[in-house]
Amino acid sequence: MEKWYLMTAVVLLGLTVRWTVSLNSYSGAGKPPMFGDYEAQRHWQEITFNLPIKQWYFNSSDNNLQYWGLDYPPLTAYHSLLCAYVAQFINPDWIALHSSRGYESQAHKLFMRATVLIADLLIYIPAVVLHCCCLKEISTKKKIANALCILLYPGLILIDYGHFQIMYNSVSLGLALWGVLGVSCDWDLLGSLAFCLAVNYKQMELYHSLPFFCFLLGKCFKKGLKGKGFVLFVKLAGTVVASFTLCWLPFFTERAQALQVLRRLFPVDRGLFEDKVANIWCSVSVFLKIKDILPHHVQIIVSFCLTLLSLLPACVKLTLQPSPKGFRFTLVSCALSFFLFSFQVHEKSILLVSLPVCLVLSEIPFMSTWFLLVSTFSMLPLLLKDDLLMPSVVTTMAFFIACATSFSIFEKTSEEELRLKSFSVSVRKHLPRFTFLPRIIQHLFIISVITMVLLTLMTVTLDPPQKLPDLFSVLVSSVSCLNFLFFLVYFNIIVMWDSKDGRNQKKIH
Amino acid sequence: MRIKWVECAALSVMAALSVMTGGGSWFLALALGVTLLKCLLIPTYHSTDFEVHRNWLAITHSLPISQWYYEATSEWTLDYPPFFAWFEYALSHVAKYFDQEMLNVHNLNYSSSRTLLFQRFSVIFTDALFVYAVHECCKCVDGKKACKELTEKPKFILSVLLLWNFGLLIVDHIHFQYNGFLFGLMLLSIARLFQKRHMEGAFLFAVLLHFKHIYLYVAPAYGIYLLRSYCFTANKPDGSIRWNSFSFVRLISLGLTVFLVSALSLGPFLALNQLPQVFSRLFPFKRGLCHAYWAPNFWAVYNALDKVLSVIGLQLKLLDPKKIPKASMTSGLVQQFQHTVLPSVTPLVTLICTLIAILPSIFCLWFKPQGPRGFLRCLILCALSSFMFGWHVHEKAILLAILPMSLLSVGKAGDASIFLILSTTGHYSLFPLLFTAPGKKNLFLIGWKLSTSLAWALWKSSVNLYSLSPPGS
Repeated sequence: MEKWYLMTAVVLLGLTVRWTVSLNSYSGAGKPPMFGDYEAQRHWQEITFNLPIKQWYFNSSDNNLQYWGLDYPPLTAYHSLLCAYVAQFINPDWIALHSSRGYESQAHKLFMRATVLIADLLIYIPAVVLHCCCLKEISTKKKIANALCILLYPGLILIDYGHFQIMYNSVSLGLALWGVLGVSCDWDLLGSLAFCLAVNYKQMELYHSLPFFCFLLGKCFKKGLKGKGFVLFVKLAGTVVASFTLCWLPFFTERAQALQVLRRLFPVDRGLFEDKVANIWCSVSVFLKIKDILPHHVQIIVSFCLTLLSLLPACVKLTLQPSPKGFRFTLVSCALSFFLFSFQVHEKSILLVSLPVCLVLSEIPFMSTWFLLVSTFSMLPLLLKDDLLMPSVVTTMAFFIACATSFSIFEKTSEEELRLKSFSVSVRKHLPRFTFLPRIIQHLFIISVITMVLLTLMTVTLDPPQKLPDLFSVLVSSVSCLNFLFFLVYFNIIVMWDSKDGRNQKKIH
Repeated sequence: MRIKWVECAALSVMAALSVMTGGGSWFLALALGVTLLKCLLIPTYHSTDFEVHRNWLAITHSLPISQWYYEATSEWTLDYPPFFAWFEYALSHVAKYFDQEMLNVHNLNYSSSRTLLFQRFSVIFTDALFVYAVHECCKCVDGKKACKELTEKPKFILSVLLLWNFGLLIVDHIHFQYNGFLFGLMLLSIARLFQKRHMEGAFLFAVLLHFKHIYLYVAPAYGIYLLRSYCFTANKPDGSIRWNSFSFVRLISLGLTVFLVSALSLGPFLALNQLPQVFSRLFPFKRGLCHAYWAPNFWAVYNALDKVLSVIGLQLKLLDPKKIPKASMTSGLVQQFQHTVLPSVTPLVTLICTLIAILPSIFCLWFKPQGPRGFLRCLILCALSSFMFGWHVHEKAILLAILPMSLLSVGKAGDASIFLILSTTGHYSLFPLLFTAPGKKNLFLIGWKLSTSLAWALWKSSVNLYSLSPPGS
């Protein structure tokens, strides 16, 4: 690629922004006794380094599961172990058993930040660069602009590098991205291997698993069930089984081990939701206390059914007509369905939806930018808790400016650009006057942005009334939920009406 | 809650501007982008210069003018010309809404979060003048070939090189100083000279001199250029001087401008009979040959050579250890000292060396004027010579050469190569400014890599541009 120096500049800019966000640790002292995610990661390094594998997921005197017990799959544990070896080499005090609880120092902070940056640099950023280089039918300049916008996405930067957060979301998202790339470029085995690694890193990646499954199944069907398709199916199954076995090998020795790990990964004992999250259950519970009305097992069944119903059409379509473009859009709609209807969803899970949306940024820049802004806004209460007001506003504006100048998004709001042409045509068969869809969407965008800005200002400057201490968080999550529902409908429309679009165009031209 | 109001206000202004960039103006996008990066740099390490400026806010706010250059409660006394003192005075009127305590002269090393926010925002805000100056400079640069690619247009490259100059970002927004708007004034005066608005250029430079007298480094270039190309209104066909075209009117108007500006600045202190005190503060020759952290100039090499020779001399028993003075220049303290082996250097010697160094370029400017471009070259050479041979030079002074060089580098491929070397080494030499803070080293390295890659991009583009031009043109 001839403009590689520009791409380098873009990557370096992304790294600079990440590092400056990570400098926001001015207040110094943490908040004992539980501290935060930072302490959790340090604790996992301590556990994995000092205890044998069999004790990692079990409650014992050395490993108190109440104090940040390990609740991610084995690959996270192995990664923590690797970091622990480096920590041991630099300063053993950081991971000494028991005595290093709540350890905080400048050097340690630098070490932890560095591990996140290195993981990002090795896994996530190359995937993004490769994805942008492989985009078809757009100029080099647009590819670089695309890379810039994706690397500047505020949500991932703030969660991974913010105040006391050391979440390695970039690793799991990066691995998933490698999976998407592999599968889209017909390197199915490598892609599925990468995705299995992603699932084994953070179990939330299961949100993406159905589209992968349907896409690969559709490919097998296309190649014919009796010939190459069957061979491919067997190979894929073999790859998945092999990668899972490799990761879980130490835990397959005893049945109790594997079960305990699963129990830590999927805490079904916890309720339908915790805290304020921008999904259906939390928003509905403002009016109707679902947690109290329905018994526990009914809650699980209801959420399972609703999730399945909302993602079924897109997945069936993908199985019958597999295409890389359809795959990406289905990833978005599936992940969004899971986020809105699933069990025990955390606010950070919106990142699982943001990643596929970043992938379709070049195709529908206007809606993607809008979605990514809303996704960052939905995490506002979490960000404010960590004193990240300035970085979040600054990175959001930088992202918005980058998208606005790279894609001229305000000019791309016609039906054609929004990929709604075939949908509108179908509707116009019944309602001839249905031409106002783009205008509605533009108005909705303006309303949405104004609401978000106002809510941000209110949350920051005013104190909530005494009787309703959570007023602003609830408002933020409800507004975000409404936005997300709209996007769910929109992306499903695109998926369902998509290939007709392509077919019509081919007929006309 | 007040902090949040201020943050919201500032950010809302920027949000409004960012909505305007939806229209696709790349210049505004670049300017806003770098401003946002500056906001992200607010919580980073800051040096003692932060306390210096807080102290000056306190002095100018709390004390009458007659005390400004006498006040010495803090070790960071006022040592910039009067216009800068007035600037701090104006800032202090805004500062009192942030935190009244910072304006107390006795609150040494006071750095509450509001103080930090105010100071950082004041630097970011005054950089607006720098942005305007860059905009004016871009008008003076025109591409010879019509470039369709935005990233190959000289205007774009120049804007990136100036607005995103990492040396300036590090010195102003991490280390903490107010160089942004000062360089804005300088670039604006250069732009005015390019646009043949000589009087404005001269006025702006005179004002700049009274803001920060370090710009005396480049005053000879201005003086000779204005005398030769403005006061002599025409040249003979072969380019040499036409003595009868001298215009007294122009000379007098220039002199009057400079005189009026100086009167405005130094007048009050002349009336108070404080001029000697002011000058002793402005030109502290008691400070040593080299600043605490050495500027990479000739005297640094000289000192190192002296040290090496003295070590060799001691080993070979040529020198008597008892005769070697205690204060050695490598200990990083600002003191006066004597050299041991090589002859000692006095301020007069450095002045003579500087003058000899700038003589060739001055001669060229007088005898073979090449218009504004020749002036710019002479300016850069004056800055570099003064940096090389000056007395008590700060390493930040390299920016005086790098920023104008950016203007030249978008013109010719040869200049671009030189600029690449100059900017890379210059920015690298700013490294010691950040050495106290561990995490910031990485930030600097990243930033330096970024600036290097940008400069490289520029060089590549210019090479492309000029390789396309037919031979002989």
